Amino acid sequence: MKTWAKILCVVLLVYTIAAGFLLEVPRLNIVNESIRALYFHVPMWFGMIALFTVSLVYSILYLNKPTFSRDTYAVEFVHAGIVLNLLGLTTGMIWANYTWGSPWHGDPKQNGAAIALLIYLAYFVLRGSIENEDQKARLSAVYNIFAYAAMIPLLFIIPRMTSSIHPGNGGNPGFNTYDLDSRMRMVFYPAVIGWTLLGVWIATLRVRVRFLSEKLLNLEHD
Amino acid sequence: MLLHLFLKELTLELRRKSVISGLALYLFSTAFICYLSFSLKQNQITPLVWSALFWVTILFSVINTVAKSFIGEKKGREIYYYSIASPAAILISKMIYNFLLITILSFTGWLLFVILLKNPLADQTLFAITLLLSALGFSTSLTMLSALAAKANHSNILMAVLSFPVVISVLLIAIKITKNCIDGLDRSISYPDLLTLLAINCVVAAASYLLFPYIWRS
Repeated sequence: MKTWAKILCVVLLVYTIAAGFLLEVPRLNIVNESIRALYFHVPMWFGMIALFTVSLVYSILYLNKPTFSRDTYAVEFVHAGIVLNLLGLTTGMIWANYTWGSPWHGDPKQNGAAIALLIYLAYFVLRGSIENEDQKARLSAVYNIFAYAAMIPLLFIIPRMTSSIHPGNGGNPGFNTYDLDSRMRMVFYPAVIGWTLLGVWIATLRVRVRFLSEKLLNLEHD
Repeated sequence: MLLHLFLKELTLELRRKSVISGLALYLFSTAFICYLSFSLKQNQITPLVWSALFWVTILFSVINTVAKSFIGEKKGREIYYYSIASPAAILISKMIYNFLLITILSFTGWLLFVILLKNPLADQTLFAITLLLSALGFSTSLTMLSALAAKANHSNILMAVLSFPVVISVLLIAIKITKNCIDGLDRSISYPDLLTLLAINCVVAAASYLLFPYIWRS
């Protein structure tokens, strides 16, 4: 990752945390101050989708022309995406504990997120059970593309078809496009960019570690 | 070519009857366990419990059925197919064959549940359509995953792990429509769901068709 992107990431996240806790927010029933979760919980999902999409692109590229680096990028972006998925689930559960009364409510969006986690954990199980390196890379790339196609209806279509108490769905006192006012947008959009950049940063660091250990392995063989 | 491969699957299956009778027995035992565990308390099987038991039974029988389509193949035979047929023909013939098998399996399962437990459904036709569409969804996604799992070690465990997340969206919609069938709601309420199910099937089938050659080559 370029230096300017790293600086941008740190600046945006410092701004998100400072402004997210200090600036005025709209007063809504039930959610009250917990509306600030918007700056931390929602960007996790934006970031997760972005990272999984990058991984998907690298998997397609890998099938096009198999190289070690493309496979490494695909794997590490899934790793970073899973971290954001877990953080999104955790922040959501903390929020739900105060507004819904219990951390796990079986809401379609919660279930969808948990199944998305299972899909990508299965990706690692698949990788673990194949010994041949080339075959491992190719089959996991195929599964990655297939799982992404199966995940889209799960995250974007089914939750919209069923009733949900999650904010943004139906008529509950949440934050959908209409009451996300301009003050919150000033923090929300930078937060999305900041958290996504952090995910990309983690992924690229892990890619570099993988490259170095591969280089070391080759040196030992020589 | 497609037709020949499909007929080959069918004749092979009919010739060694052990597999197909094993599957039938598996389905029957599961349905029978459901019946025995409630035996005298039949009135406690609420429609929702019925739907849960039914779909769990179908899901596991289906995964077992489809898993054998590639995992059961012998190594040498695969190379032979590779030399005479295109990957698309092999995949599609297996998909059609599995679709047929799953359809028979789901309708037999339904029959068994009606005989052993009861029939809480108010709308039979809609449920039959749901069974057909979900069979299509299961066959398109699971055939592909079976090919994937066949290449790895411990394929049988892997098959269950890989297929669960992928078929869950088909299953969730099917359960939702089943609930509408039980309540006897107007058909027009279920149309969007049926359409979504069909759309998911198309997406998954297209993805399998595009990706299968990459698995087959290895």
